[in-house]
Amino acid sequence: MKITRYLLLAGLVFLYFPLLVLVIYSFNESRLVTIWTEFSVKWYLELLEDRQLMDAFFLSLQIACSTAFMSVLLGTIAAYVLVKLGRFPGQTLFSSMIIAPLVMPEVITGLSLLLLFVGLGNWLGWPASRGAMTIWIAHVTFSVAFVTIVITSRLREMDSSLEEAAMDLGATPLKVFFVITLPLISPALISGWLLAFTLSLDDLVIASFVSGPGSSTLPMVIYSSVRLGVSPKINALATIFVGLILVGSFVFWWSMQRWARYSAAKTPGQQ
Amino acid sequence: MNDAEVQYAVEVVNLSKHFDDVAAVDQVDLKINKGEIFALLGGSGCGKTTLLRMLAGFEKPSLGDIKINGVSVLNSPPYQRPVNMMFQSYALFPHMTVEQNIAFGLKQDKLPAAQIVARVTEVLGLVQMEKFRSRKPAQLSGGQQQRVALARSLAKKPALLLLDEPMGALDKKLRMQMQLELANIIESVGVTCVMVTHDQEEAMTMADRIAIMDQGRIMQVGQPREIYEFPNSKLTAEFIGSINLFKAVVTGGELTCAELPGQVVAGEANAVFEGPCYVALRPEKIRLDAARNLDATNCAAGKVNDIAYLGSHNVIHVRLDAGAGQGKIVQVHVSNFARHATQTFDFEQPVVLSWDRDAVVLIKADQP
Repeated sequence: MKITRYLLLAGLVFLYFPLLVLVIYSFNESRLVTIWTEFSVKWYLELLEDRQLMDAFFLSLQIACSTAFMSVLLGTIAAYVLVKLGRFPGQTLFSSMIIAPLVMPEVITGLSLLLLFVGLGNWLGWPASRGAMTIWIAHVTFSVAFVTIVITSRLREMDSSLEEAAMDLGATPLKVFFVITLPLISPALISGWLLAFTLSLDDLVIASFVSGPGSSTLPMVIYSSVRLGVSPKINALATIFVGLILVGSFVFWWSMQRWARYSAAKTPGQQ
Repeated sequence: MNDAEVQYAVEVVNLSKHFDDVAAVDQVDLKINKGEIFALLGGSGCGKTTLLRMLAGFEKPSLGDIKINGVSVLNSPPYQRPVNMMFQSYALFPHMTVEQNIAFGLKQDKLPAAQIVARVTEVLGLVQMEKFRSRKPAQLSGGQQQRVALARSLAKKPALLLLDEPMGALDKKLRMQMQLELANIIESVGVTCVMVTHDQEEAMTMADRIAIMDQGRIMQVGQPREIYEFPNSKLTAEFIGSINLFKAVVTGGELTCAELPGQVVAGEANAVFEGPCYVALRPEKIRLDAARNLDATNCAAGKVNDIAYLGSHNVIHVRLDAGAGQGKIVQVHVSNFARHATQTFDFEQPVVLSWDRDAVVLIKADQP
């Protein structure tokens, strides 16, 4: 009993102590990240002045958002086709192609996409140069795999008589999809969106392959600047991220709780 | 001239459904009257659910036709058929309130809002659920969910109401109560109803007529009483209630039963035929007496083999004595008239079985 408490504590410290140190040192006055002098927010202010970091930050945000939306759109269509439309020729091939990027090493995905973009550029003249567009395409390619899996499992566990009931009551298949299916799988859509967003924001390897001049994502900028020595500005930036993630996951958890209240647990009604 | 055709709410003509090479429904013909509650009764895999799903439009028949009020609906998708279904799981939309669930079908018809509200209130009153209109389905008990599901399927005033195992999700006690209540509501609305069930009690309680299905075919159609008292095959006789069967044969109008001693005389109500058959006796139609002299007809001697006390009646198994049918076990129901039974039976007590000629049912044997 006692020992498990300590083990839990040790585990939590192992996981979160580095993050805590990072947050604390982002308020450090010194320009040496390892030596504490006094409290200050000057690195936050300098961060705002740093055009390169801020540009990369907004570029990453932009790519992550658009990747998330596109992945959810494509992932929903793919999952619906796989689960609802019954067997069709090439179904196994299709489903394994969709989840292939899950097991593919990132380096190979990145390299093959680079070769594709270069080849296409030479052959069709598009994409003329690599940049945000090619990063977005690359990110969608591998995020769709994750999103499809999340939505597929939700669709599978959904009672198909709900859709039949809606159709029985006079709704056309298209209407059934938007009024019944979509609202019922919306938790999976949200978690799929967040997953794709995180994957895209996080990606360094693939983005390095397919980005071009003037379109460096945040992980790329951080990685290259760290090689020249860690600036406390990075700590400040990371702290902002941790804060955003905390708020984001709390909102997600809270909305899931609300959802669970009327879809999962059945509470017998009172007279 | 058309009157004769349109007198049926539903006509199923030579309907078949094959899954790969297996016939789930095999050449079914049915005529269902207007305002009737009709039950499809059978074990699992007998094709009753497939037949129901074809009526709703979720399965496409391989052969045959379905007419509702005289019009073929074969080419209409589910959302265009004047048919509504109450699903076994109720299939209430979890993200909508009771009110929104019931209004769903009416909204698809693009009715004016005021009319929708009025109709929702009307059907909620019908199932006595007015108080729950703004609840979510998860906040209702099983019985309440069933009422809402019924209200939703009645809201559009369908020409045909389908019930898929309506009591399947309820516990036993609630079942009995809801069976009568559901039948009363459906009868008061006057809608034609086809229900599917594997529970004979449920079918007999709720339905005006029952069709017994086996391996995709309809074995017998009739009122509950007809099916119970005059089963037309061994299968229906055994499916509904319990029954004692004895092998027999009719030759030249004479009935000889090899498995019963003495002569068996059947009542006039039985069909006249020749060939191998069964003498069928319902357990509650056999009299049981302590040892006495045997009658010449419709009588047999035996010993008590087993006794089960079930409260409302005793089930007594009697082993027939030497002679024809020796050792055969006959089931007899003895109802419990008085608290202090005047006549009790013991194991191995000699007894005499006797029955009226009208109790005897002759069932033609299908295979020799």
